[in-house]
Amino acid sequence: MKPDRADVPEPGVPLPSLRSTYGLVQWLSSTDHKQLGIMYLWTGLFFFLVGGLEAMLMRLQLAWPELNLLGPEAYNQLFTMHGTTMVFLVLMPTLIGLATYFLPLMIGANEMAFPRLNAMSLWVTILGGFLLNFSFLAGGAPDAGWFSYAPLSEQNYSFSNGLDYYSIGLIVTGIGSIGAALNFVVTTVTMRVKGMGLGRLPLFVWMVFINSFLILAAFPLLNAGLFMLLIDRQLGAHFFLPSSGGSALLWQHFFWAFGHPEVYILALPGFGIISEVIPVFSRKKIYGYGTLAGSTVFIALLSFGVWAHHMFAAGLGNPVNTFFAAGSMLIGIPTGIKIVNWIATMWGGAVYFSTSMLFALAFIVDFTLGGLSGVAFAIVPIDWRVTDTYFVVAHIHYVFLGGTLFTIFAGIYYWFPKISGRMLSERLGKWHFWLFLLGFNMTFLFQHLLGMMGMPRRVYTYPDLPWYGILNFISTVGAAMMGVAMLIFIWNIFHSLRKGVKADKNPWGAWTLEWHASSPPSLKNFGELSPVRTERALLDWEEDKKN
Amino acid sequence: MEYRQTRLLMQFFIASEALFFVALIVAYVYFRNLTDDWAESAKYLDIRRTGIFTIFLFSSSGTITVANWALRKQKRGVLVGALVVTIVFGAIFLAGQATEYYMLYERGVKISMNIFGSAFFTLTGFHGFHVFVGLIILSVFLTLVLLGSFKGNGPFSAFLATEWYWHFVDAVWVFVFFFVYLRPLL
Ligand code: HEM
Ligand SMILES: [Cu+2]
Repeated sequence: MKPDRADVPEPGVPLPSLRSTYGLVQWLSSTDHKQLGIMYLWTGLFFFLVGGLEAMLMRLQLAWPELNLLGPEAYNQLFTMHGTTMVFLVLMPTLIGLATYFLPLMIGANEMAFPRLNAMSLWVTILGGFLLNFSFLAGGAPDAGWFSYAPLSEQNYSFSNGLDYYSIGLIVTGIGSIGAALNFVVTTVTMRVKGMGLGRLPLFVWMVFINSFLILAAFPLLNAGLFMLLIDRQLGAHFFLPSSGGSALLWQHFFWAFGHPEVYILALPGFGIISEVIPVFSRKKIYGYGTLAGSTVFIALLSFGVWAHHMFAAGLGNPVNTFFAAGSMLIGIPTGIKIVNWIATMWGGAVYFSTSMLFALAFIVDFTLGGLSGVAFAIVPIDWRVTDTYFVVAHIHYVFLGGTLFTIFAGIYYWFPKISGRMLSERLGKWHFWLFLLGFNMTFLFQHLLGMMGMPRRVYTYPDLPWYGILNFISTVGAAMMGVAMLIFIWNIFHSLRKGVKADKNPWGAWTLEWHASSPPSLKNFGELSPVRTERALLDWEEDKKN
Repeated sequence: MEYRQTRLLMQFFIASEALFFVALIVAYVYFRNLTDDWAESAKYLDIRRTGIFTIFLFSSSGTITVANWALRKQKRGVLVGALVVTIVFGAIFLAGQATEYYMLYERGVKISMNIFGSAFFTLTGFHGFHVFVGLIILSVFLTLVLLGSFKGNGPFSAFLATEWYWHFVDAVWVFVFFFVYLRPLL
């Protein structure tokens, strides 16, 4: 029987594949939130390889003192593109992709509110990514760091067109993110299944929802700054040029007024994933749903008031510094509350150590470490001592990798059966986990020491001072281990897509609605859904059936 | 439901756009207070002339409301008339801005002249661009109406969205006009 349109996406064909009814064209023209979500995930993985390769090259260059494999220009481009890629083209698309796939499913909806806007968001994001990377072919990639501090990012210090591609590329991906956020907000408000009040949203949905407001507020600020930078560079304006009346500080204000919320934009959906994974693998209800949800709002609000902690060394003066230091410390409170809640959820539970759960546990530990170094930074004198050293590099990576990336891994292992209809191999998963965890901590733990010993970041090489060589070498070996772990992960994905154990509807015995659909869900996610009564709908329905 | 969704979408989209303009205005005000290029440059601005064009823009907010009313009451003639007037008023405003740019340019006031030029042209330019986009959307509407795709039944959400957008662009101009043209005189 020739399958009709309603069968697309076909069960068991999660890849953009010519084997689906209408082939690749069907994927390229799709407005189905699940297909778009999958394409977001592939986009993230693709750019992760690009960004990872850039990281490997950097670590190779830094493996030993006074190496000269790359040279300063290439190194500048690499660390700029690495950071920019990881933040805007890996973490953002992957988180948005997971939300695009699962938000409708988790609230019992069959689609997003605006399917075509959804498709536009994806393709615009991809376009921005290609524009950014096209700079390599067009005479040189951006080279002023992922934050592009002025006046370093201005025409008279950065001659290639790299920074123009940076501005345009980020504006374009930013528009994609805003489109996605608009869609999440409207979908969450208008399309929930009967009975699911805002107080019964699955926590992942809740945090994506709050996060969307952050995106809507933060990205316009970045876009405004980027437009000004572009106008400076292309039309000879003076916004960020102190030599002719502009202000380099203003760029920093714009960038970090966006940039600090952005780090929470990357963290909050991760918190959401963890809040789904931990209760399921502990076989316990999440501890303190209300505080977990409420603290999210608190974090979101605070995140807009602390941006100047990135500028303690810029000379804003003591009153300003004190204000922002105090504000930054406050963020520790709601975040701490969350950590306590997660631990309390596991307490006394029947914890099952699946790969997903292992990543969740590693997240709690490593993210806490990153949070602690963050608090250290919020103490102004400490910041003055270690800003722009490897201490910063260690910090970013503890929060981005140990934080967000680990939650993404946890989410992928958790949801893969739903997306593909097959299980990821747990055996390969454990290899991936342990190698990555070890490699990650080897790479970045010692960078705290390097930072305290004064090794500046963004340098392409360093003198042979005591301990520098060996610590950097350990770092490079750790990075290589992460690289191997990633190869295992990718192999696991491709292998399991073909040969993985078939997954049934609800392999983990979870309670949220996405597990009520078939694996993978058919084009229309659900038939009729009965109203939900709590945030653990599947459990209720089972009990109803028994009685 | 669809109506409610478009309405929400538009509200949040406009809020997001508003923050974009807040950033541009902040930059403008920040530089105003930072440098003294202004005292000299602001005298190039002709507030009376711009004031007249401003009246056209604000009036178009009224005429688009009339258009929406006509759509709901299914009065085709009024709708076409109100749409045409809205478009013409918007176009007059843009033409005013274009000639203003030209006159400034003649006197050497350019985006690259100094920080005043940069901030002035960027802020007013982005606003003008938004007016331009609005004009395109309105023209599409007018064409559809003239071609006979005039349904007029129920709350026609695409039109309402356009109307909100237009009001928003006008509201932004209130602030731009205040900070750029009025403030220096106060
Ligand atoms: C394979 C693992 C990785 C390694 C070995 C690595 C290594 C590095 C290195 C050597 C730098 C340059 C530091 C400097 O000179 O200032 C850097 C910067 C950075 N990395 Fe990574 N990285 C890895 C993964 C990631 C991931 C997954 C993210 C995701 C967000 C990320 C985000 C950043 C950011 C934001 C910067 C700052 C760039 C800058 O300061 O200009 N990294 N990384
Ligand atoms: Cu920050």
